[in-house]
Amino acid sequence: MAGTADALAIELREVAKTFGEVVALAGIDLSVPNQSRVGLVGPSGGGKTTLLHIIAGLLEADTGLVRVGDATSARQRLARCALMPQRDLLLPWRTALDNAAVALQNRGMPRAEARNRTRPLFERFGLASFENARPAQLSGGMRQRVSFLRTLMAGKDVLLLDEPFGALDSITRAQMQEWLLQAMDAVPRTVLLVTHDVEEALLLSRHVVVLSERPGRVVGIVDADHGFEGSRREIVTSPEFVTLKEQALEALGS
Amino acid sequence: MSDAAREATDDRARVRRLRPAIPARATRVASYFGSYGPPALLTLGGMGLWELIVRLAHVPEYLLPTPSEIAVDMKTDWPVLEPALLVTLREILLGFVISAAAGVGLAVLLHLFPVARRAVYPLLIGSQTIPIIVLAPILVILLGYGIMPKLIIVALICFFPIVVNGIDGLRSVDGELITMMRTLDASRWAILRRVEFPAALPSIFSGMRIAATFASIGAVFGEWSGSNQGLGYVMLAATPNLLTARIFAAIVCLTAIALTLFGAVSLLERIFVPWVPRGTPMT
Repeated sequence: MAGTADALAIELREVAKTFGEVVALAGIDLSVPNQSRVGLVGPSGGGKTTLLHIIAGLLEADTGLVRVGDATSARQRLARCALMPQRDLLLPWRTALDNAAVALQNRGMPRAEARNRTRPLFERFGLASFENARPAQLSGGMRQRVSFLRTLMAGKDVLLLDEPFGALDSITRAQMQEWLLQAMDAVPRTVLLVTHDVEEALLLSRHVVVLSERPGRVVGIVDADHGFEGSRREIVTSPEFVTLKEQALEALGS
Repeated sequence: MSDAAREATDDRARVRRLRPAIPARATRVASYFGSYGPPALLTLGGMGLWELIVRLAHVPEYLLPTPSEIAVDMKTDWPVLEPALLVTLREILLGFVISAAAGVGLAVLLHLFPVARRAVYPLLIGSQTIPIIVLAPILVILLGYGIMPKLIIVALICFFPIVVNGIDGLRSVDGELITMMRTLDASRWAILRRVEFPAALPSIFSGMRIAATFASIGAVFGEWSGSNQGLGYVMLAATPNLLTARIFAAIVCLTAIALTLFGAVSLLERIFVPWVPRGTPMT
């Protein structure tokens, strides 16, 4: 994670957050270079979502420095980050296409134009012919795809993915990981991915930051800049990948 | 990618399954009988029993007419009933529309300004302890025999369920949806328009369906307090003349108005809230 400060998309220094008596985060340092993908793994309840909300500007840290691009205030950070939540949170009254286009409409673009701009992504990312389906008509995997495209269409520099596939079954989840890899290769952005699945973090990101149990601290960094080739199954079962996985699990203390 | 392709095919099949199929004629008839049949049978049975008992006991018509006598009276008295029905229908419809517009508007305003909501909400509840119908004579003294006092009574009665359901609906929104919209550059207005208001629509329609059944009560009380036309006036004028069948005929007309209004609100709900799955119609 080398690089000058200017090349950092996200920079955290000594970030701490306390809710009442509960210390959620105890001094987090984190650097995410521009256009890179960083995974953040840690046990449940370790403050991972809190950390994402602080970066996104939905919460203010008690102490420490939070910088996204050149923005340090919560309001400016909110304008630079798009957050994809664990639950797909699609609006049930909107069609899949209108859900994905909602950020454009929020910025004042007329509905027809917002739809036209979003439609090509549906064709490109395996959602063609589902444009007018309502969320209730889509499977869990499909809904997460729409949710990701909605995050993408927000046109932000930084994507914050909060356990995007946590609610999916393992088969759908494996398919979605492949899908997301392709999508992220096609539309490069700075991505910070939160997950409790070490394998998912190593597969989808180049650096994996391991957080401790609450109060959250960084307890290890695994560079997964592997450049693996092949299918998901080949990668996941390769000796190099298994070694990285062991490193990460050791840092997690499990 | 073949896995993903297969998933896509599965999903397409799923969409087809979930898309409501147009039922065959026979099934549609059966489903209509399923929802309307039992209440229709109960009504017919009750009327048959009423007819039988009144005839066997030789109850005079001016005390209690039979359903068949009421039906005959509907026909002979139609020249009296029709203009009265139109007057009362107008009062009910206008009063309902005014209260729906004002009710939804106030609910949105109170939702946007929590301080105002805390100030006004207890007063709204408190206002319900005043029996609104006792205001009718006062309004007639103030505003005369015209349509105004009736509109105000109808609107006051319909207003409360619409406002309260509206406020509750607007507050019931999943907070995570709002957080999500904030990360997608949504202004306060965009959140209201694209999240809170659509989420509140089912509640608002529940309030309007309750209001639809109350509206006719308001119109009749308004007319009883002072009027020279309308179904309430017809009933009032028929009482001293012991035209009991005519009173019942007027009640049938009022019930028909209330049911039609209720049905119209339910239909609008189906049109404007298509994402909420529904069981049988009109329940």
